Amino acid sequence: MTQYLLAVHHADARPDIPPEEWRQSFTDVSAFIEKLRDVGAFVFAGGLLPESATVVRQSGADFVITDGPYTETKEHLGGFWVISAADLDAALEWAKLATVACRLPIEVSPFDERDADELLTELQDEQGAWRSAQ
Amino acid sequence: MTVEAVFRREYGRCVATLIRFLGDIDAAEEAVQDAFTVAVARWPSDGQPPNPGAWIVTTARNRAIDRLRRESVRDERHAQAHHLYGAAAQAAGDDALAPEEETVPDDRLRLIFTCCHPALNQPAQVALTLRLLGGLETPEIARAFLVPEATMAQRIVRAKRKIKNARLPYRVPAEAELPARLQPVLAVVYLIFNEGYAATANSLIRLDLCVEGIRLARVLAELMPDEPEAQGLLALLLLLHARSAARVTADGSLVRLAEQDRRLWDRDLITEGQSIVRACVQRDRPGPYQIQAAINAVHSVAPSFDRTEWRAILTLYDQLYALTPTPVVALNRAVALAEVRGPAAGLAAVDDLRSPGLLDSYYLFYASRADLLRRLGRTTEAAAAYAAARALTANPVERAFLDTQRATLGVSDPAHE
Repeated sequence: MTQYLLAVHHADARPDIPPEEWRQSFTDVSAFIEKLRDVGAFVFAGGLLPESATVVRQSGADFVITDGPYTETKEHLGGFWVISAADLDAALEWAKLATVACRLPIEVSPFDERDADELLTELQDEQGAWRSAQ
Repeated sequence: MTVEAVFRREYGRCVATLIRFLGDIDAAEEAVQDAFTVAVARWPSDGQPPNPGAWIVTTARNRAIDRLRRESVRDERHAQAHHLYGAAAQAAGDDALAPEEETVPDDRLRLIFTCCHPALNQPAQVALTLRLLGGLETPEIARAFLVPEATMAQRIVRAKRKIKNARLPYRVPAEAELPARLQPVLAVVYLIFNEGYAATANSLIRLDLCVEGIRLARVLAELMPDEPEAQGLLALLLLLHARSAARVTADGSLVRLAEQDRRLWDRDLITEGQSIVRACVQRDRPGPYQIQAAINAVHSVAPSFDRTEWRAILTLYDQLYALTPTPVVALNRAVALAEVRGPAAGLAAVDDLRSPGLLDSYYLFYASRADLLRRLGRTTEAAAAYAAARALTANPVERAFLDTQRATLGVSDPAHE
């Protein structure tokens, strides 16, 4: 089993959807989460408030705090589910249910399951390949 | 058969089988290449084994197992990573040591569905299919698609990484999802063929793409005998390829269907294509590739352009348009209409397609329009349309053709009018 992030990217401006449709969407999303729980595919989920986000950066010995989300795009990560699925096809089936429930596109990403050692080995390989290509 | 020939014929099948054993594309490619290295060293003196493909699979598998054992002694974790995921990895663990079953026919089919998974973009699908099923080297693929080698290498590495990281399944889709999943597979094979077919410019590599496209279409047609569109695609490619000798003159210029010397058409390919089309018609589950094959089958029996069954072709284009109502199909239909009801009717139908964004960057739109205007004696407009078409194609052979056509009008360069 692999864990996948099903991410919902919200536009800053709310989509033009009537209130009763929103209400229905909330019900549908709850039902979707129930379905995930029923088959043991649910790992974690949450909604975010990207307009209230703050970014922290190190700058020399100091820290710089900036108001607002990290990317200067019009769309930000607004909510997500972490699910457990056998393969991408299974994850994509969940994403289809999710997009119907929340009325927004879903981005499906696998979690990086390598540990630090594996990552380091790979980085070294890449740098080696890069250097030999020079 | 040379080792080289065995490589071309068996590479895809061997890699596909090894991926099932090992659950990892890179490890499978490495093992198969190892096995071919052994073959190059041994076959000349030992003689070629009776079933070279099976020999390669067995050798590759043994090599891979040796490698895994060495690595598991050295580094448990690394070997584990090679074992990979899901049922494929399970099967690999159990089957790896069982020497009996050599190749399961479905392996290549699984692999092509992985390579053409909708989660991969089309350039990646094409590159992976040529690399893994066609056994083409990365530089060859890069040259064929006119992109820098590094770009193509990156494209392939990224796609393989996504297959591994996101766990793209290695299986033939279930019946219910097959129609949707088959579509990109057929599209990739058609695109590979077409990339070779559109580039008539004297380049051997690109002609190879046609051959490769047909080879892949044959594999699909063999592995999915009950999918009429897979049959239709093979028939279409055979019938198009049958005309390749007549499409280009010795000096490399393009010859249109109307002017082709039909004696140069390959009768064997035509016979094979026609018999597949007949079987499709009997099956009566039409689809876009089958209809396009049928259109080309009608061309292939015509003794000359003028004596072509244009009514049959028009009817087929009507059917095709009903299934795939694209502007390009409408344009082809208009060209057929001109043969049935005259150039004025054809031109009216072509001009109906003249809305912004529809076909205004498609050179064949202007080329077809130019041809109809020429036939109607509207030479000045025809010359302008040829010029517009010329500006929209980068292919030197097509450009030369359009220049010749425009020259026959006897009109000075429209840019100066």
